[in-house]
Amino acid sequence: MFKRSHYIALALVGLLTLIVLNLPHHTANQIKLAFGSLFLPLFGFSRTSQEMLARTADATLSRSELLDQNRLLTKQNAELQIRSLQLEPLQRENDRLRQMLGWQRQSAWQLHPATVLSRDPANWWRGVQIDIGSHDGVKLDMPVITSEGLVGRISAVSFATAQVTLIGSQDCKVAAIVERSGENGIINGGASSIDFSLVTLSFLPSGSNLKPGQRVITSGEGRIFPKGILVGLVAEESRQVEMGYNEAKVKLAANIGALEEVWVIMR
Amino acid sequence: MITMNWLNSMLVLLAAFVAVFLEAVMDLPRNILGAQVDLLPALMVYAALSSNMVTVSLLAVVGGMCFDSLSANPLGITVLPLFLVGYALNLKKELLLSDQKFAQAAIGLIASVITPAGIMLMLSCTRNAPALGWETLWQWFVMSLGGALATPLLFMMFGRLNHNLNYRPVTETTFRMDREIRRGRN
Repeated sequence: MFKRSHYIALALVGLLTLIVLNLPHHTANQIKLAFGSLFLPLFGFSRTSQEMLARTADATLSRSELLDQNRLLTKQNAELQIRSLQLEPLQRENDRLRQMLGWQRQSAWQLHPATVLSRDPANWWRGVQIDIGSHDGVKLDMPVITSEGLVGRISAVSFATAQVTLIGSQDCKVAAIVERSGENGIINGGASSIDFSLVTLSFLPSGSNLKPGQRVITSGEGRIFPKGILVGLVAEESRQVEMGYNEAKVKLAANIGALEEVWVIMR
Repeated sequence: MITMNWLNSMLVLLAAFVAVFLEAVMDLPRNILGAQVDLLPALMVYAALSSNMVTVSLLAVVGGMCFDSLSANPLGITVLPLFLVGYALNLKKELLLSDQKFAQAAIGLIASVITPAGIMLMLSCTRNAPALGWETLWQWFVMSLGGALATPLLFMMFGRLNHNLNYRPVTETTFRMDREIRRGRN
């Protein structure tokens, strides 16, 4: 019943698994990225076909609809320009005051756009792959955001792609602060393994009393995420847990279940 | 039904590659059901029941490595659970009713239950074990059911492919030239 070929196959696969699992982290990552790069042509094909479909859909838009969109965008653009003009003197004033107080000057974020290629195929991880890599200057631990809020951090980089560990993963802990009350906590995991939009804000002071709707932003501690990125809104009142600290559920601002375009904060 | 040639192995490996790609880019099952369906166990059932141990080993290694490369899994963690399922099935393949749709679905279900459980077991032995909750059971259920439904479909798809791409068996006729009765004077 047990043929010789079965024994040989079992031994070979077992040995290979042992070797691969015990490879140094860097080597394993390189092999992983090499395997991952085999999918690049398929990702390219998928992206091109999606773009073609989008173009076809665009071609069917009526002229009046396009004109409406154009008017709306022109209005938004004008509003943003006025807001930018208002903010420029404030920025200069802020820089001057910081200089007078001897505080470190806050540098503006350098953003690099990226497109999401794929999601983690395993159900137990929260991650996506994006279409920029070391070739574009992406490095490990760079924060990733959308216009709505924080998305995650870069966890692996290859030449043309990078892996992003999404907020809510155990590997993506975020030091956060509740905007009005100033209570510090850490986002250290997802509140649900199905609903990716809910995360847990833990290690809040025991007396804290957060109310739904309060804004949670990054506190800047931990040196990975700059201060002031919107994380989300408190979804439920905070409650005390066994270990003597409070925790609250936070509804993420960014829709990480349907990411398409993201921005990497380059440093 | 049982084809043991290189074309079948190549098709299985190609299907594994495409399956992993589809699992990574298709958000529909995840958005609707809250879990992604894993097609590798279903493919392993097909490979184990219709092919030899070389194909089973190759599928476990190539499929597992491809899956782990697009995932946050440690590289190689998927290989062994996938292989062990294929190994067990390949050992008992003579006893399994692999031509029956219901049997295919049942075996696909069992394989899709065991493989993620094996991966989770191996992950729990590493430093970066994922957090599990009650919702994980739902994801496991979706993966198992998806695998059970996918297995007969894969058997049908490969049956059709093998039928179209393989050499047809030549049917021997009873006609023999040397036994022809020659008529006439010559």
